[in-house]
Amino acid sequence: MSRSIKVLIALCVLLGAAAAGVVALNLRGEETITDAPADFTSTPQLVERGRYLALAGNCAGCHTTRGGAAYAGGRGIDTPFGTVYASNLTPDDATGLGRWSASAFWRAMHHGRSRDGRLLYPAFPYPSFTRVTRDDSDAIYAYLRSLPPAARPNSPTRLRFPYDTQAALAVWRAVSFKPGSFVADAAKPAEWNRGAYLVEGLGHCIACHGSRNVLGAVEETRGLAGGSMPVDDWLAPSLTAPREAGVQDWPVQDVIALLHTGTSLRGSVMGPMAEVVWRSTQHLSPADVAAIAAYLKALPVDASAPRAVTARRDAAVMARGGRIYDQRCAYCHGDQGEGAPGAYPALAGNRAVQMASPANLIQAVRHGGFLPATAGNPRPFGMPPFGHVLDDDDVAAVLSYIRGSWGNDADAVSLRQTARR
Amino acid sequence: MAATVPDTIGQRVAACIACHGREGASSNAGYFPRLAGKPAGYLYNQLASFRDGRRYNAEMTAMVRFMTDDYLREIADYFASLDLPYPRVATASDASADVLRRGQALAMQGDSARGIPACTACHGAALTGVQPGIPGLIGLPRLYVSSQLGAWLTDDRHALVPDCMAEVGRKLTTADINAVASWLATQPMPADPKPVAALPAPLPVACSAMPTTK
Repeated sequence: MSRSIKVLIALCVLLGAAAAGVVALNLRGEETITDAPADFTSTPQLVERGRYLALAGNCAGCHTTRGGAAYAGGRGIDTPFGTVYASNLTPDDATGLGRWSASAFWRAMHHGRSRDGRLLYPAFPYPSFTRVTRDDSDAIYAYLRSLPPAARPNSPTRLRFPYDTQAALAVWRAVSFKPGSFVADAAKPAEWNRGAYLVEGLGHCIACHGSRNVLGAVEETRGLAGGSMPVDDWLAPSLTAPREAGVQDWPVQDVIALLHTGTSLRGSVMGPMAEVVWRSTQHLSPADVAAIAAYLKALPVDASAPRAVTARRDAAVMARGGRIYDQRCAYCHGDQGEGAPGAYPALAGNRAVQMASPANLIQAVRHGGFLPATAGNPRPFGMPPFGHVLDDDDVAAVLSYIRGSWGNDADAVSLRQTARR
Repeated sequence: MAATVPDTIGQRVAACIACHGREGASSNAGYFPRLAGKPAGYLYNQLASFRDGRRYNAEMTAMVRFMTDDYLREIADYFASLDLPYPRVATASDASADVLRRGQALAMQGDSARGIPACTACHGAALTGVQPGIPGLIGLPRLYVSSQLGAWLTDDRHALVPDCMAEVGRKLTTADINAVASWLATQPMPADPKPVAALPAPLPVACSAMPTTK
């Protein structure tokens, strides 16, 4: 009896210590907030810089719904754990950031904690934003406060138990999040450092182009080696592997063109990256886009990215895929997959066509889409959706044909892959 | 296709033809609505609505998501400018004579007891639409018309305020929708199938589609 009581006491002490540890880890580096919104002095220059930085961070990508008031929140972010709704960032007292001080905003950006003390879900990418400087945070704050207030109450998250509890989030943060700052590398040029600051901080590129562990935390050490987009079934290709989306061997002007206009001599953006260009990178200054390009070009080359394995091709599938190709695809992409420069991408020799995973190809065939209309490419060409005329079997056949023709040498696409939703 | 393609708006929006037919002149047999010759303002409003979340169609939204107002206007103007012959309308219908009569009555007279104006009061005496913002209702697939009318009933289709057609649409029953869509789909195109320049009388309701009307 006394022995089991001792064990119980020991367990309680251990649990108490663990809880205290979790709390301490959640509070590290935080200072008490003492300022009020009125203590902040804004200037038109600061507001303008904040507007620009909010574009660099693509804040509107989540915090503005289609057709909704700017930065009034409401877009649902689907995660494997449930849906988190982006909050209202307009200066409305009741529903937005009206009562938030500059320090409270900074604490959210840097520490991932809300004004009322609640921990924020990392769907808000504060593991990246923690590197944003206080100056930049203040500028964004100044800009958000300049917006017209929109009274849109925040939508409660719809997460499954236990992910919907603050306790679970506290444990997650103790394990997966540490507030940090961007530390410039003195050995690297200023341009590279600026690119690193944007990519690793506000740009939060790793949120898609990085991998996540079972807890949904970004695996920082693996860098921009690519990752699956949760739920959407798009694949953000590796930026370290030239076989996927690495740009190490691209002329720098093509990287700049891609980010500024959505298209380049080497390739174009589609899917979620089209949205990033549309909402964010097309608006960046030439110097900042050049800095991002310099940083991306200098990423270490990963030659180990999985290669599509050539399998024996099924002649019947190839014949069927070829017929579909002639009927649906050849009009634009050409009889030999040669495409038309500036209008329709070549499929022959296209690395995006031959990536190990056909996920993006399946999405492209089903949904089509236009390139983003940007200042540099204001009247883009587009591709029709084929999801209503090609069934899963057809999509698998035509993609198998494309991946195995005109010198392309990538694995066939299976019905199992196209049937996945 | 040759290695270079002509730099024309028609070529740039060739993606649209996969569903809407070559040059947007699809027939009334399937689902997809014809685009050729529709009022430019109407087409622009619909493209913007798909982009901005007032109309829902996953494919259309994917098409126009990342487009500017300027480009949407150019696309709308292009399809509006096309003057192409209409394919022959199949006037046979599996709808009963009663249903067709009811559809005709709704379209031509409306139902004043329920506050439903005649289609002709806004869409033109010949139902070919009115410049610049009101679409024609004939030469369209029955499925498309009934699904659009149904979308107002289920609050799935919107326009900018004042959303005139939403107000009318909410008063329709599913039987009304079936009747009017069935009748509209059997109407042959008149000798002049173009939208008329103006209505003889003011619109019976305020409408964002026609901003000059109050």
